[in-house]
Amino acid sequence: MSGSVLEIKNLHVSIEDKEILKGVDLTVKGGEFHAIMGPNGTGKSTLASAIMGHPKYEVTEGTITLDGEDVLEMEVDERARAGLFLAMQYPSEISGVTTSDFLRSAINAKREEGDEIPLMKFIKELDKDLDYLDIDQNMATRYLNEGFSGGEKKRNEILQLMQLKPDIAILDEIDSGLDIDALKVVSKGINKMRSDNFGCLIITHYQRLLNYITPDFVHVMMQGRVVKSGGPELAKRLEAEGYEWIKEELGIEDEETAEQNA
Amino acid sequence: MTVETKLPFNQEYIQAFSKDRNEPGWMATIRSKALEMADSLDMPKPDKTKISNWNFTDFQHSYKEAATIASLDELPEELKAYFDKDASMENLYIQRNQTAAYNSLAQDLQDKGVIFTDIFTAINEHSELVEKYYMNDAVAVDQNRLTALHAALMNGGVFVYVPKNVQIEDPLQAIFWQEDTDSALLNHVLVVAEEGSSVTYVENYISHNDTEETVANLVTEVFAHDNAQVAYGAVDNFAAGTTTYVNRRGVAQRDAQINWALGQMNDGNTISENITYLLGDNSNSEAKAVSVGRGKQTQNFTSSIRQFGKQTDAYILQRGVMKGAATTIFNAIGKIEHGGTKSNSEQESRVLMLSEKSRGDANPILLIDEDDVTAGHAASVGRVDPLQMYYLMSRGLEQEEAERLVIHGFLAPVVSQIPIESVRKQLTQVIERKVY
Ligand SMILES: Nc1ncnc2c1ncn2[C@@H]1O[C@H](COP(=O)(O)OP(=O)(O)OP(=O)(O)O)[C@@H](O)[C@H]1O
Ligand SMILES: [Mg+2]
Repeated sequence: MSGSVLEIKNLHVSIEDKEILKGVDLTVKGGEFHAIMGPNGTGKSTLASAIMGHPKYEVTEGTITLDGEDVLEMEVDERARAGLFLAMQYPSEISGVTTSDFLRSAINAKREEGDEIPLMKFIKELDKDLDYLDIDQNMATRYLNEGFSGGEKKRNEILQLMQLKPDIAILDEIDSGLDIDALKVVSKGINKMRSDNFGCLIITHYQRLLNYITPDFVHVMMQGRVVKSGGPELAKRLEAEGYEWIKEELGIEDEETAEQNA
Repeated sequence: MTVETKLPFNQEYIQAFSKDRNEPGWMATIRSKALEMADSLDMPKPDKTKISNWNFTDFQHSYKEAATIASLDELPEELKAYFDKDASMENLYIQRNQTAAYNSLAQDLQDKGVIFTDIFTAINEHSELVEKYYMNDAVAVDQNRLTALHAALMNGGVFVYVPKNVQIEDPLQAIFWQEDTDSALLNHVLVVAEEGSSVTYVENYISHNDTEETVANLVTEVFAHDNAQVAYGAVDNFAAGTTTYVNRRGVAQRDAQINWALGQMNDGNTISENITYLLGDNSNSEAKAVSVGRGKQTQNFTSSIRQFGKQTDAYILQRGVMKGAATTIFNAIGKIEHGGTKSNSEQESRVLMLSEKSRGDANPILLIDEDDVTAGHAASVGRVDPLQMYYLMSRGLEQEEAERLVIHGFLAPVVSQIPIESVRKQLTQVIERKVY
C-alpha cells in the first residue's frame, strides 16, 4: 500500500455550543495535494483543529479516520504519532525550550524507546533542513517561536514538517505574512515532501502559493461546508473573480440575510 | 506574641566549643555576645508566612568528627554527579557534616594569594581578614534571633578571598554534605573580592534526613570591592526533615557586580532571604532564584536589592513551580534609596501551579525614594497553558513529556545561569525528581 488515507465524513464541529462545521466530507490520500480556500470565518481553521484534536473544538457528528483507524478516539499526541501533522496558523511560543531540543524530543516521541535518534545524525539532518529552508543556524538554539517574526514562525513550522515527516499534513495559512523569497523557500520545502507516501491539505487565501505548489484538488469552503471542488483552475478563477459567483451559482445566502429571511 | 522556649545552649558550652577550635578572642566574644542577645531578639518575620510553630531553635549541635576524603573516587555516586568529570576539579572544598573533608586550590591561585579554605582554618590563619568582614556590614549578629543563634553556634563554612586584580577563570566549588542525619548545620560562607578581582563560586547543600528532624541556619556574606565581580551559584537540596533559614547578603562597591543564581530545592520548610546592597555608584546585581515546592512544604523566598549608589542596576527574577499541597511565597523587593539617581530596578516573579492544592504567591515590590530612575515589575501565578500543551502534543509528545518541557522551559532563565555545567545538570535532575 502506498500512502495513508485521511477520510472525513459528515463532520460537524461546535465551539462553545456554536456549530461551525456543518457536515464536511473530504478525503486526502498519500501522494495528493489538496487546497482549501474560502472566505474568512467559514471554518477552515476549525476543520484543521478538529482533525488535530484541539481541546476547544467539539465534534458533534461525523467521523475522521486515518487508514481506517478512528482519529476521534485518539489523544492529540496519538494523532501525531499516527502520522498527522498540523502547521498552525498561530503557533505557540514555548519559552525556555530550544527549537532543537524540542525537535529532538518530537522525533524521539515517534521512535521506540531505546531507538532514539543518534545526536550526530539529528544535528546533521537538522543542519541540512535549516540550509534547505534558508534558516539561520541560530534558530535551532533559540527558544521555540519565542520572539520569532511571523515569517520565521512559518518557516519553523515547515522545518518541523520536514523533520517529522508525517504521512498527512495540514498547513493552515502557511503563506500568510511571508515575503516573496520566504514564500518560495517555504514552497520549496513543501514540494520536497511530495511523494506517494505524503498527502497534504493546504489552507490558503491566495493563488500565489498555488503558483509554487500545484494542488491536485481545490475545495471551496463556505458556511462550514465544502461547497465546491475542482482542479487547479478553480483556484485561479477564485483569485480573479472572488467568491460571489459561487454563491450565486449555488444559491448560498449570506448568513445574516438568511437569518433575516428565516 | 508567642512565647519562645529558652534556648537549649549555655555560655559554658559555647566557650568550650570555641576553645576546642582554638578560636581567637574576637570570635569567642562574638559567640558569647550573640548567645546573650539571642534570647531577647525577635524571630525573622517573613512576609505572608507564619513560622511561629517551626522549630529553628531546638536541635543537636554537638557532633563527631567525620572522616576526611583522600580521593574523590571514595565519594558516593550521588555526590560525584555534582562534579564535572571532564574538568579537573582543582578548586574544590567538601565539608562532610562539620568536618573539612577535602580541600584543593590550583597552585597558581595559591601563588597569587587566593584563599579558599574552611572557615575555622580561615579564622585561625587569617584572623584579621576574617574579623574585618565576619558579621559586620552584611549580616548583623542582632538582625534577628536566628542570625544571633548562627553567630553563637556557627559550626561550618568556607572562606573565599580574592586579592586585588586577580581574575579567577575556573569556578570554586563547595559541597556541604550533611551525611549525618541529626546534627544541625550552622554554616557560614564568606566571600571577599578585592578591587578589580573576579570570582565564580558555586555551592551545594545536600542532606538525607527524610524523617529525622534537624535545622540548617545558613549565612552567606559577599563583599565585592570597587570594580570586582562575583558570580554566586547555589543548589540547596536539604531533605524533608531539615527546617532551613538561609540568609545570603552581598555588598557591592563602585563599579562592582554581584550576580546570584540560586536553585532552592529543599524538601523541608524554608525561609530564604537574599539581600544585596548596591552601595557604590554604577554597581549592579542580578538576583535569580528558582524553586520547586512539593508535598506539604512551606517556603518563603525574599529577594531584595537596595540601591544606594548612582546609576546602579538591579534585576530580580524568581521562578517557582508548585505541586502537591506546597505553599510558596515569593517576595521580590527593589528599593532605590534617596540619592540613587539614574538607577534602574526591575523585579519579575512567576509561579506555575501544577496542582489544585498547591498555593503560590508572587509579590514584586518597588520602593523608590528618588525621582530620576527607571523601574519595572511583572508577576504572574498561573497554570500550564493548554494551548502550549496542544501545540507540543500535536508534534507527538506525550502529555507528561510536553509538560516536562514547559516546566523546564519555565525555569530555564534561572537554571541556565548556574555557573558550573555539572551543577546545572544536577539541578535539572533535582527539578525532574521533584516534579515527577
Ligand atoms: N474560541 C472561539 N469562540 C467563539 N467562536 C469562535 C472561536 N474560534 C473560532 N470561532 C468562530 O468560528 C468561525 C470559524 O473560524 P475559523 O477560524 O475556522 O475560520 P477560518 O475559515 O479559518 O477563517 P480565516 O480565513 O479568517 O482564518 C468564526 O466565525 C470564528 O469567529
Ligand atoms: Mg483560519
